[in-house]
Amino acid sequence: MEHITLLIGIVIVTALVFDFTNGFHDTANAMATTISTGALGPRVAVAMSAVLNLVGAFLSVEVAKTISGGIIDEGSGIQPEVIFAGLVGAILWNLVTWLAGLPSSSSHALFGGLIGATVVSVGMDGVNGDAIVMKVLIPAVAAPVVAGIATVAATRLTYRLADNRAAEDTAKGYRAGQIASAALVSLAHGTNDAQKTMGVITLALVTGGVIAPDSDPPMWVIVSAGLAIALGTYLGGWRIIRTMGKGITDIQPPQGFAAQTGAATVILASSHIGFALSTTQVCSGAVMGAGVGRKGGVVRWSTAGRMVAAWALTLPAAGLVADAAALLDDHGNGGIAAVAVLAVLGCGVIWLLSRRKPVDASNVNAPGAESAEPVGVVTAAVRSVAPPPAGKTASAADATDGTDATDDADTSNAHASNVSGSTSGKDASSESAPTPATAGTGSTS
Amino acid sequence: MHIDWAALGQVFGVSLAVTVGVVGVFTLGIIGTSRTAQPQPQAAAGGASPVARTGAYACFALCAAVVAYGIYLIVA
Repeated sequence: MEHITLLIGIVIVTALVFDFTNGFHDTANAMATTISTGALGPRVAVAMSAVLNLVGAFLSVEVAKTISGGIIDEGSGIQPEVIFAGLVGAILWNLVTWLAGLPSSSSHALFGGLIGATVVSVGMDGVNGDAIVMKVLIPAVAAPVVAGIATVAATRLTYRLADNRAAEDTAKGYRAGQIASAALVSLAHGTNDAQKTMGVITLALVTGGVIAPDSDPPMWVIVSAGLAIALGTYLGGWRIIRTMGKGITDIQPPQGFAAQTGAATVILASSHIGFALSTTQVCSGAVMGAGVGRKGGVVRWSTAGRMVAAWALTLPAAGLVADAAALLDDHGNGGIAAVAVLAVLGCGVIWLLSRRKPVDASNVNAPGAESAEPVGVVTAAVRSVAPPPAGKTASAADATDGTDATDDADTSNAHASNVSGSTSGKDASSESAPTPATAGTGSTS
Repeated sequence: MHIDWAALGQVFGVSLAVTVGVVGVFTLGIIGTSRTAQPQPQAAAGGASPVARTGAYACFALCAAVVAYGIYLIVA
């Protein structure tokens, strides 16, 4: 280990930081619906997920061995600087999407960053175009569709079968089942994503000549990668958890169970059959499917749309940041230092921005997040008017009633604001001090 | 460019079948162990019948086996 240079050390630290953001970003995949249905308390849920991620990191090193070789051509002269630039791109994009509360794939950010940096420093030859399409594009499109359809079918089935059962009796069972499914997702995530970081660190060690090509990751790499992802998971990306658990649709215990089981099944089936699908897209697709599958369930397509836009942007955005970082890196040690400083500054700015509207374990289930959008208001009204499983056949009718009521409320609100607007206009034109009465009207609206 | 449609189709088929299967069986278990949602709780005293309860436990055991197989797939 005495061969490790300062540069390799920086790359390893950066890779562990990426691993941390990865855990933090992907807690939502396993735990968002578990938290929003109340199957587990927020703190317990993230703690369980963290432990399972840590366990998962030790289970296998198969992914770590293949991650580096597939998309980037190891033999084309990749330097540690390039890996560093790629990681910086991936970390910054992960933090930006976290700030926006959007679940995007950490793996895609990593691939995008590595590809972007490779293109700048080695040229297009260093990138394997077919591998990008096969390993990134097709899985990203297929994952939400497969998971969504499976979950829609499962949600329909379970609501139909358990139609005449007491909701308070069934909720307990659904929650227990959901915890099991969520545990599987966490474990699978640990084996997959912690290993990606191990693969990157191993790649850095290989390119730096510290260890021989094609060797297994050393033990200290496995331990540190596992710990970094577990710590990130435990701190919890509460913003993303809120979007997945509450923002896309309102999840009830049967839906949460169906979505989490669908996600676990798709992840395991795909990795076992050898057509790996991205965890984030699978889980998001499953949540949307659960929303579609319930009668009276509402999917907020505006939120879903923003999420899909973030997915589409992930690869190019992380790639562009990495491009810029790689360009700076070319200017020797000063360039690398500049990239490091800029990256730390960028992370600091994003963290400061996040403090303006903090989301944590205490308010992750609060309905306030999406209610800024008019869609959220409509959904809240529908939900309060029509509790769907109890409504059975009448739920569709209830839902339309709810929409009507909301429309009424909207128009009356608009009316009220018109009134207050005209009142303040009058005040302004008469240039008189506002009387207590008009001041009161203004403040109530 | 070669896209492995067969593998993708297989993933889709297996995922759909297993998800619907597991959720269905688990729901049967839940039905076996819960009371019906009647306004007047005349069934509340006895709860589910012993036969239904046994069947429900069999359903849960089947689901547990599927989870165990899932863990086996992750480890192997």
